[in-house]
Amino acid sequence: MNFDIALLLAQDGITNGAIYALLALALVLAFSVTRVIFIPQGEFVAYGALTLVALQAGRLPGTVVLLMIAGGLVTLAELITAWRKRRWQRVPSMLALNIVYPLALFGLLMLVPMQGWPMAAQVALALAIIVPMGPMLYRLAYQPLAEASVLMLLIVSVAVHVVMVGLGLLVFGAEGARTPAFSDGTVALGTLTASAQSLWVIGCSLLLIVAFSVLFDRTVYGKALRATAINRLGARLMGIPTEFAGKLSFFLCALIGAVSGILIAPITTIYYDTGFLIGLKGFVAAIIGGLASYPIAALGALLVGLIESFSSFWASAYKEVIVFTLIIPVLLWRSLRTHHVEDDE
Amino acid sequence: MKSTIRMIAGLVAVLGTSIAVAQDIKVGVTLSATGPAASLGIPERNTFPLLPQTIGGKKVNYIVLDDASDTTTAVRNSRKLISEDKVDVLVGSTITPNSLAMIDVAAEGETPMISMAASSRIVDPVDAKRRWVFKTPQNDQQMALVILGHMLGQGVKTVGFIGFADAYGEGWWTQFSNLAEARGVKIVGNERYQRADTSVTGQVLKLVSAKPDAILIAGSGTPAALPQKTLKERGYAGKIYQTHGVANNDFLRVCGKDCEGTYLPAGPVLVTEQLPNDHPVKKSATAYVTAYEGAQGKGSVSTFGAHAWDVGVLLQRAIPVALKKGQPGTKEFRVALRDALEGVKNAPGAHGIFNMSATDHLGLDQRAAVMIQIVDGKWVMQK
Repeated sequence: MNFDIALLLAQDGITNGAIYALLALALVLAFSVTRVIFIPQGEFVAYGALTLVALQAGRLPGTVVLLMIAGGLVTLAELITAWRKRRWQRVPSMLALNIVYPLALFGLLMLVPMQGWPMAAQVALALAIIVPMGPMLYRLAYQPLAEASVLMLLIVSVAVHVVMVGLGLLVFGAEGARTPAFSDGTVALGTLTASAQSLWVIGCSLLLIVAFSVLFDRTVYGKALRATAINRLGARLMGIPTEFAGKLSFFLCALIGAVSGILIAPITTIYYDTGFLIGLKGFVAAIIGGLASYPIAALGALLVGLIESFSSFWASAYKEVIVFTLIIPVLLWRSLRTHHVEDDE
Repeated sequence: MKSTIRMIAGLVAVLGTSIAVAQDIKVGVTLSATGPAASLGIPERNTFPLLPQTIGGKKVNYIVLDDASDTTTAVRNSRKLISEDKVDVLVGSTITPNSLAMIDVAAEGETPMISMAASSRIVDPVDAKRRWVFKTPQNDQQMALVILGHMLGQGVKTVGFIGFADAYGEGWWTQFSNLAEARGVKIVGNERYQRADTSVTGQVLKLVSAKPDAILIAGSGTPAALPQKTLKERGYAGKIYQTHGVANNDFLRVCGKDCEGTYLPAGPVLVTEQLPNDHPVKKSATAYVTAYEGAQGKGSVSTFGAHAWDVGVLLQRAIPVALKKGQPGTKEFRVALRDALEGVKNAPGAHGIFNMSATDHLGLDQRAAVMIQIVDGKWVMQK
C-alpha cells in the first residue's frame, strides 16, 4: 500500500463516513427526544434517492401516493382524537397539512412534467414528498405509544422498518437505480484528485451538521427539543408539547435521511432495501456516541467509514464482520465506564 | 340427523375435491422474485405461466412462491411445498446459496428437485442426496472454461478476481482459479464484496495496483455493475470480464457506458437473433423468445427466464415416462419422475441440448455457451 492508495481509501472512507454521520445524528436526535431507536431511518435514504430517480425518469413517484395514504390515516386518527376531546380548533390546519398538501403535490406532479426541470428543483420536490412522511409516521406509529418502554418502541421500530421496506418494494420495484452526479468531473486537491460528487457529500454533510448545531443552540424550537431530550416531564411542565417535539424530531430525521439518499444516489446503485445497511452503520456510530453525544457520534461515523474502507482493501471478505465487531469493544467500554441507568420513565 | 347427513355430504365433497386435485401434477416453485437476486427471479416468475398447462394428458399446477433471495425462506418454502402441498417436483431456487440449502429438504422428502442456479456444486458429485437434484443453468465451470479460452486468445497473462462474498463468488473463485492455474494464467488478486455494498473502492484499488491484464467480476444481476463502475473511475484500462450472472437488460441500464467493451459468457438464448441458422439451439431458443416477448413485450427477454423454460422442457420429456409407472401425488410417481429426468436425452432447451445421465444431472455441453461483448449497450456475439 502506498501513500496514494491510502489517500484514496481515506477519501472513500470520509465520504461514506459523512453519510453515516448524518444518519447517526438523526438516530441520536430521535432517541434523545422520543426514546425511539429509529431503525427505519435507513428507509428514508432509499425513499429519497428512488423518488428522485422516478422524478428524473418522468415517472410519477409512488411515494406521493404513500404520502396521500399516510395523510389520510393521520387525518382519521386526528379526527377521532378531536371528536373524543371535543376540540376542533386545530382541525383546519391539520387538514391543510395532511390532505390538501399531499393532494396539491399529486396534482402538481400530474400536471407538470418534471423531467426537464433543473436538478435543484427535482431535489426540492423529492424532499417535499418524503420529508412530511416523518411526522406522519410519528403520529401513526409512535405517538399513541409515547409513554411505552424503550423496548416496546424498539419493537414498533422493527415493525415499521419491515412495513417500509415492503412498501418500498411495492412502490419502486426490485431493481436498483442511480442518478446523474450533481456536477461531473474531478477536483484536484494538491496531489489528490477527488470526485466532485464526494466533495458534494462531505460539503452538504458539514453544512447540515452546522445548521443543526445552530438550530439547537439558537432557536426556540431547538431549545424545546433539547429540553424534551433532557427531561420530558420537566419540558411538559414548562409548556413544551412533547408531541410536537416528537413530530419535529421525526421531521428532521426524515429530512436527514432523504438528503443522505439524494447525496449518495450518484455514487452507488440504490435498491429499495439499500437503506437498512447504511442506517445500521449509522447506528454503530450512534452507539459509539452512547446514543446521546452528537460530536462523538459524528466522529464514530467517520471512524466506521474509514475502517470500512481500509478493511475492504486489506481483507475484503471480512469487511462487514470487522465493522460490526467494532460495536463490541465500544459496548464493553461504555458499560464499564458508565453506571447503569434503569429505564424507569 | 339432518345435520349429520349434511356433514357427511360435506366430507365426501371435500374428499372428492382432494382426490381430484391429487390427480393433477403439482410443480412447487420457490424463486427469488424480490431481494438482491430479483432481476434474475422476476423473469423466471414471468416464465412459469408460459409453461405447458397439461403434460401427458394431466393438468399441471404450478405453485410459485417467493423466497426473497433468502436461504432460510427458501428452505421454509420447500418444506411447505413438500409437506403441505405434496408437490411432485420441487423447482428452485434462483440463486446458489438457496439451492444448496434446499438439497437436504428435497432428499428428505424424496422429491425430485430442479434448480435454476449456476454453481456446479448443486448437482456435483451425484451422491445419496444429490440423486434427487437436477439443474438447468450451465455450470460455472463450463462458463469459466469459455472465459479462459477467450482470455488466452486475447493474450491475457495475469488476471485479477473480484466476486460476491457468498457461495456464488466462492464457487467461481474455486472453479476459475483451478482452471487458470492449469492453463498457465496467473491470478494476481482475489477480492470479495457484498451484494448490498455501496462502495468497493478498497478492493478495486488493490486489484488495480497489481496491474492485471484482465479482471474478472464474479457477481450476478445489477450489483455486479458496482466494481465495473469503480474500475472505470480509477482508470483501469485492461479487459473486464463478467460472468453469465449479469446477462439481463437491467444490468445494461444500471452500468451504462461503463460497461462498453465488457466480455461475458452466456447461454445462446441471449443472442438468439445473431445465432447462425445451423446452430443446434437456434430453434428452441427462438421458441422461448417468441413466447416470452409475446407475453411481456419486445426486448424483455433475459437468459434467467430461459432457465425456467428449460425446467419446462425437462418436465415435458420426463413426466409422460413417469406417468406409466405411477399416479401423481404418490411416492412411486416421484421416484419414477426422478428416474425419467435422469434418462432425458437430446432435449433441446433454450440454453442448450440436455443429455442427462446417472453422473451428470445437468446434461449441457459446450454448445450451451457463447462469448459475448457489450457493444453500444447491446449484446454482441463473438465468433
